[in-house]
Amino acid sequence: MGGLFSYFRGLLGAREMRILILGLDGAGKTTILYKLQVGEVVTTIPTIGFNVEQVTYKNLKFQVWDLGGQTSIRPYWRCYYGNTDAIIYVVDSADRDRIGISKDELVHMLREEELANAILVVLANKQDMAGCLTVAEVHQALGLDALRDRTFQIFKTSAVRGEGLDQAMDWLSNALQARK
Amino acid sequence: MSVFKRDKKEEEDSGGNPYQNLDKTIVLQEARYFNQSPVNPRKCSLILTKILYLLNQGEKFTTQEATEAFFATTKLFQSKDVMLRRMVYLCIKELSTLAQDVIIVTSSLTKDMTGKEDLYRAAAIRALCSITDSTMLQAIERYMKQAIVDKNPAVSSAALVSALHLSSTAPDLVRRWANEAQEAIASDNAMVSYHALGVVAGSRRNDKLSTVKLVTRLARSPLKSPYALCLLIRLAAQLVEDDDSDASQPYIEFIECCLRHKSEMVIYEAAHAIVNLRKTARDLAPAVSVLQLFCGSSKASLRLAGARTLARLTAKHPTAVAACAVDLENLISDPNRSVATLAVTTLLATGAESSVDRLMKQISSFVSEISDEFKIVVVRAIRRLCTKFPRKHQSLAAFLAGMLRDEGGLEYKAAIADAIIALVEENPDAKETGLAHLCEFIEDCEHTALAVRILHLLGREGPKSRQPSRYIRFIYNRVILESGPVRAAAVSAVAQFGAQRPELLPNIRVLLARCQLDDEDEVRDRAIYYSAILDTGDAQLINDYIVNVPKPNPVLLEKALRDHLATRPDDIFDIKAVPTEEEPKENKEAVVEIEVRKPVLQSLEEMYAEQLSKIPGIERLGPVFKTNMPIDLTEAETEYRVRLVKHVFGRHVILQFECVNTLSDQLLEDVHVRLECPPEYEVKTELPCQKLAYDKPGSVFVVVEYPSAFLDSLGTFGATLEFIVRDCDPTTGVPDPGEGYADSYPLEEFDMGCSDQIRARAASDDWEQTWERSSNAPQASDTFVLSQNEVNDAAKAVCEHLGLPKSAIVGEAVKEIRGGGIFRGGAPVLVRARLVSSAAGVTMQLAARSPREDVAQLLLAAVG
Repeated sequence: MGGLFSYFRGLLGAREMRILILGLDGAGKTTILYKLQVGEVVTTIPTIGFNVEQVTYKNLKFQVWDLGGQTSIRPYWRCYYGNTDAIIYVVDSADRDRIGISKDELVHMLREEELANAILVVLANKQDMAGCLTVAEVHQALGLDALRDRTFQIFKTSAVRGEGLDQAMDWLSNALQARK
Repeated sequence: MSVFKRDKKEEEDSGGNPYQNLDKTIVLQEARYFNQSPVNPRKCSLILTKILYLLNQGEKFTTQEATEAFFATTKLFQSKDVMLRRMVYLCIKELSTLAQDVIIVTSSLTKDMTGKEDLYRAAAIRALCSITDSTMLQAIERYMKQAIVDKNPAVSSAALVSALHLSSTAPDLVRRWANEAQEAIASDNAMVSYHALGVVAGSRRNDKLSTVKLVTRLARSPLKSPYALCLLIRLAAQLVEDDDSDASQPYIEFIECCLRHKSEMVIYEAAHAIVNLRKTARDLAPAVSVLQLFCGSSKASLRLAGARTLARLTAKHPTAVAACAVDLENLISDPNRSVATLAVTTLLATGAESSVDRLMKQISSFVSEISDEFKIVVVRAIRRLCTKFPRKHQSLAAFLAGMLRDEGGLEYKAAIADAIIALVEENPDAKETGLAHLCEFIEDCEHTALAVRILHLLGREGPKSRQPSRYIRFIYNRVILESGPVRAAAVSAVAQFGAQRPELLPNIRVLLARCQLDDEDEVRDRAIYYSAILDTGDAQLINDYIVNVPKPNPVLLEKALRDHLATRPDDIFDIKAVPTEEEPKENKEAVVEIEVRKPVLQSLEEMYAEQLSKIPGIERLGPVFKTNMPIDLTEAETEYRVRLVKHVFGRHVILQFECVNTLSDQLLEDVHVRLECPPEYEVKTELPCQKLAYDKPGSVFVVVEYPSAFLDSLGTFGATLEFIVRDCDPTTGVPDPGEGYADSYPLEEFDMGCSDQIRARAASDDWEQTWERSSNAPQASDTFVLSQNEVNDAAKAVCEHLGLPKSAIVGEAVKEIRGGGIFRGGAPVLVRARLVSSAAGVTMQLAARSPREDVAQLLLAAVG
């Protein structure tokens, strides 16, 4: 009975979930987007602007916006905040020097009114690289302890190896459905 | 044609344009809908269409509005709908120049242009190139190069055309794509090949040698694409135009060879190129016969092309066109009215007097059906006929008057009025009828500018007619019925009658008195001004201030007034110091001109005014009295080219040496001119040219004061160019380190003559009276024997010396030169010379009258 009910709910509420992938330049956002979409690692170039793709994960449809992370493009992120259900914030765990900037951008973004109800997934990416920060270190460096009133989770990933993305997406799917 | 008409009707029947009354704010409000998810492609397409419609209607979007609409549009990239995506591209292109931060779609467009969806690729390239500025171009360079050589012709063409557009902002970058474009010339697709040739030729535009190579190579291996071939013909024709030597012969041969191509387009292009060559090709016949064949074609476009090109050719080679008379006759009844018009006007231009009436009848049968543009063509043709066959004036004038009564725009009406005015001025027999037609026209003329012109003409010509009083009624009617500007013009015209016909003066006074009660300031002012002058009864005063008023060049007058106010506002302004309106230069018009071209007429004084304004202290010299035609002080093909322009002021002359350095490996610095002046001249200041780079003109100015006595002002100057040479890199123009060395370059000598210092014009109609009136002024006269054998040559030489136009020469057996002018400083002068041939050559009796005797003597000295 419950299965049938959820089936109908799935039909009626077939709205695509809108997800933003954000993060500093070179964090691996575009690679993650296409890994999710086509399941392969594609060669990417710095994104000037954005990529938008439809991603299907376990019968759920997501509309995923990957916005460029270069300093010059970050100001335009806010143009795309409206109606966002979830944010995937990608961090280059090997880039110890800029983790602080990454934190500032994250804090700045979460202050936006339009994103008040968005679920946050933080990906500590590039875990395959030697000498990278651990998940706990990233968690601390981003100051996630201080987050209140926000559904969020942090995962360790390696987009090129395809590790950790499934767990993250599973959690995100459940969190999005639970919220309905 | 008929299909076209039907379409128009259907359009009228249906409810009209659904986008007609769009409101910008509402549409921009609607654009917020783009932020919704999921996207409704139909609804969004409609909104995008509205935005595009508004933009194309010329609606102004502020930067903020455009940027908001642009960012909203970018949200639509989430939709996979093909039609919507293509609308998005269009909108991006239109907004790219208005909105900020348009580079935000770079990645999305790059992905689309390289993606699998062929429908996206070409349009994405066009949009991408429109949002990319020269700094971002490098990022997309690789993709552009790939796209140029893409297998898909639409993609390749889009990339090539975008490259052409970009080459105006980033020519160097686009030049790097020339290799790919070269490759694309060989494409099997006609359009790609054409566009590729366009890019390659464009990148070599400033490099003649490589253009020559390109044309020579492609002419040998015939291009498959007719479009590309047409472009190649144009390039070849351009090379022929630029090159006067025999080296251009192969290009002419290539073009002639194209006359036998199988594509009509290529044949036409070749024929068009041949008949338009400045230097005549050996033989026009093949090209003309091709055009002749076109005239008999079943396709209207070919007939139009043929007739139109033949019409153009009439101006240069009437005899060549005369051979096509039969074919053109057949076109007179052509269902396409444009073709018929061209045929008739061409026949009129080439035909004999006897055929005029018949052809005019033909025109009148369809003149109401053709557009204004072609009506103007007809009017111009008739105008030329008036000059050619003066005896036909009656029927031609009647025809023009008929056209004047029809509906038509200002330009058309102005053309007719021009034609009638020309007729009135050229042909004394036609004067009365022509004026009568114009009078009738202004009775019901909605164009203020035209009415004013005609009133001016009536004022000038009317008083000389047999029955001047009949024009006064027409003119005075204007005062009662028309708007302010027309009323003012009418007052001026009426005053002319009063000034020139004493018997009408009492009536005119009454009319002017009434005009003094007008509502408009200008009308009242003029009426009072004219009344006051007419009341004095002083013939000289009336002549100088009503009949023969000098007309200063308005641009220079404004400048002179401004300078005057800035420097000496307390002095009296001397209007005579301002150069008068120049005689209109003879228009070299082709027989049938369809494109409306408006040449910018600018006097020499206006052209140089800005350059002169940089000289410190120039405002102290007063206004420019006259700027003389430039003269060359070097041979044409020398290392340094120098032209001299003499700007004459009241008591000074500014010598402007315009220098061009033609050596690419030299940079000249501190360029100045050492002058050897005739006695009594004094060099005041010199403004050297700091730097003279290769091929960039620069000027040296020398301010010289005239001798205090006019008679001493004739003389010869010597000049030497002195400068410091620094060797430099020919490509970059960066000078080598180290000091340069001083060098000099002798220039040719030049004269300061009488013609330089006088603003002369030919005598007006009432020469006898003018000459008589001046009889109490000092006169200088003498008899000269001139070296020329021919009276005509002698007369021309004298005119040249005195700066008089050739039109000053009158008379048949005894040549007489009549003219006058104003000498620098403002002294008027009149000259009369009579020339007869005698045993020793030509004898001339020259008399000059001027209130300043030394000016009169100077004129004599100049000839002697």
